[in-house]
Amino acid sequence: MSIRHSLLALLSEGPKYGFQLRQEFEASTGEVWPLNVGQVYTTLQRLERDGLAESDDVEADERQKNYRITDLGDRELAHWLRTPPDLTHPPRDELVIKVLVASRLPDVDVYDVIQVHRRYLVQLMQQWTRLKEDESNLDLAFALAVDAELFRLDSVVRWLDSADGRLRRAYLESSTSPTHVTEVLPRIRRRNGAHQ
Amino acid sequence: MSILELRKVSKVYGEGETEVDALTDIDLSVERGSLVAIMGPSGSGKSTLLTIAGSLEEPTNGDVIINGSRVQGMSRNDKARLRRRTVGYVFQDFNLLAGLTAVENVSLPLELDGVPMKKAQAKGMAALEELGLADRAQSYPDQLSGGERQRVAIARAVVGERSLLLADEPSGALDSVNGESVMRMILAACHGGIAAVVVTHDAKLASWADRVVFLRDGKAVDETLPPPTPEELLNPDVPKPSLP
Repeated sequence: MSIRHSLLALLSEGPKYGFQLRQEFEASTGEVWPLNVGQVYTTLQRLERDGLAESDDVEADERQKNYRITDLGDRELAHWLRTPPDLTHPPRDELVIKVLVASRLPDVDVYDVIQVHRRYLVQLMQQWTRLKEDESNLDLAFALAVDAELFRLDSVVRWLDSADGRLRRAYLESSTSPTHVTEVLPRIRRRNGAHQ
Repeated sequence: MSILELRKVSKVYGEGETEVDALTDIDLSVERGSLVAIMGPSGSGKSTLLTIAGSLEEPTNGDVIINGSRVQGMSRNDKARLRRRTVGYVFQDFNLLAGLTAVENVSLPLELDGVPMKKAQAKGMAALEELGLADRAQSYPDQLSGGERQRVAIARAVVGERSLLLADEPSGALDSVNGESVMRMILAACHGGIAAVVVTHDAKLASWADRVVFLRDGKAVDETLPPPTPEELLNPDVPKPSLP
């Protein structure tokens, strides 16, 4: 979460004083992403230095200054909103590695390993879901953030389900033994970069 | 008190070489006010478990006890009465009758049970009101959205004095926002004092439940731990979810 762009977003609603920006920033993000609110004033200084925000009150300190967004700031905000974050390199996922390792080890029940992780994830999802149970009291930004987390966890559960199904099919198709399954794994590992 | 209890329930389809164990030794107890989700892949026995729990099908072995009464050994009539009065079903495809309005659909099970039409419709209206659907009472199913249809189906499943709601992929055909409102309604019905069992393969839906039981090859292999108590939530040593 970028403080810089959050402040530009608040300024795009209209000119604001430094202390007001700090309050609004805290109110709009504090519940979901606890950030270092102390960085608000230094970030405002940098926005001014970079020509993304401006103020007429040259002498006043940041709290008392009235800031407004510049055209350059508007363009920067629009550009940032539409720039997808870098998702081209998949994160090295510990859970994926654990399941891959479990599927290779003859004395480990890989389905049991999968189930341990599945149960943990569903329990986490239950905790998140409980937070949005009371609809009358649900803050919209908070609900969106909770949904994002639920979808993320759900995608991991679905990957576990699909891994479960794929391993079973591979096991059933191999008329010999489960070692057949492990033979294809080095190739998968190389492709995922998991060998590094 | 347990509304639904399954004791060592097994179901075998076919005979001899074609014999298939659909369910093996299932123990499940669902208390009043609680929502239990049964999660598992296709073919794991979820739907069989639900039809046996709802007395639509007989188990091969084991006991099904609903509201303290053992279902096996009941006469056909007693079983039919149990299904009409005590158990409500919700399916993926709504199953509303097209020629009846929402309130007529909801009150139909009561009328079939011999309740006079006016009284049945008053109770149907009460169920719709409780679930926030009063303004849709006179609409026909084709005038309702998918989400509204499923909510009417839930109202029909809990109308009258029902104590057990059984739902098979209740939001399977709905988008996630409508799916969520269906689960909210089922949860509200549980808070109103019924017990509910939802079978689903969707972890987002299952996460609305108090307890999730994982089914695999007809066996209950695992279940979630009970949710943290308020004391545990206040204890700083107990880990809590946090956003990245």
